[in-house]
Amino acid sequence: MSEWRDDIFDCLQEAGVRQVAYVPDAGHARLIDRCHAANNMRAVSLTTEEDGIAMMAGAWLGGQKSVLLMQSSGVGNTINMLSLMKNCQFPLVTLVTMRGEWGEWNTWQVPMGQTTQGHLELAGVVCYRCSKPEEVKDTVATALRFAYYTNSAVAVLLSQRLIGAKIFAED
Amino acid sequence: MGVLNRREVVAKLLTDRGEDLLVVPGLGQSCYDCCAAGDDPRTFYLWGAMGGAVPLAIGLAVAQPEKRVLVITGDGELLMGLGSLTAAAAEGLPNLAICVLDNERYGETGQQKTVTGRGADLTAIAAGAGFPTAKLVTDESGVAEGVRICREEPGPVFVNFKVSDAQDASALPPKDGAYLKNRFREAVLGKI
Repeated sequence: MSEWRDDIFDCLQEAGVRQVAYVPDAGHARLIDRCHAANNMRAVSLTTEEDGIAMMAGAWLGGQKSVLLMQSSGVGNTINMLSLMKNCQFPLVTLVTMRGEWGEWNTWQVPMGQTTQGHLELAGVVCYRCSKPEEVKDTVATALRFAYYTNSAVAVLLSQRLIGAKIFAED
Repeated sequence: MGVLNRREVVAKLLTDRGEDLLVVPGLGQSCYDCCAAGDDPRTFYLWGAMGGAVPLAIGLAVAQPEKRVLVITGDGELLMGLGSLTAAAAEGLPNLAICVLDNERYGETGQQKTVTGRGADLTAIAAGAGFPTAKLVTDESGVAEGVRICREEPGPVFVNFKVSDAQDASALPPKDGAYLKNRFREAVLGKI
């Protein structure tokens, strides 16, 4: 199994992340399992991504660091809720697995995947991107530091080239 | 439509709140009601982020298990984030209480009817979402028990107060988000 997913888990542990919210996603599946198995983390399954934004705000109000895991299609669901982070200067770290780009097969993933970074940046979220496994650990660790040092919202976009495209059928 | 006075219900919900009650009002009249009952740094008013009161309270309740977290919101705000009720119930947070002031109206936008006056039953929805306690309060005789559930019964609990559609914007809380966040953290955590 890919080591970079374990690198992310190690980063979350080293940073003292105590809450992990997610909308289920294949690219994050191993990380989600590891967070559920960790006895010092609370992993919470949500029905829509904007709930995760609000939950991150609540976690910080209560003094805990948190991370939101989602897929690029979920970014569109978060836009208005991101105003909560901007208005209140909440730190936010979200790890976004990309669809609709490198090697995509499903046409329906393309519109959101191709505009994910633009949407996030317009909503005030700083975007970092990872395309190679060796970039992941340093990038996630830096995102966590940046968000919590500067009360900023940061998204790490985990590219589809990194994750591997989902294949439904042969051509 | 209900008959209860929302200001009076909220005043009772927040009586003698002390330092161990953290309050998350949803946007609109619920914020004004909570402010009218007495502004407090442990109240995190939402002036936007519609649908966010319940999920925000989940994160807060996880982080502060020794304190009671009380959502006070309206039917319109809750209807925008109904899915969060399922997560709140599934997490089984013993310190989480959700109360809705259900006036069957979108009060901030011109008193348009919500679906709670047209057949949707938030108490049944909460029960269906998995809340072990989901209580409907329709008149004065039930208020004390509704307040007790919100303040004391092990959570997660849900109470729906059917209130009248009277509006009162005479008590406006602070709206600077960074200020609200910082004063809340200072009061609860002793640091910003």
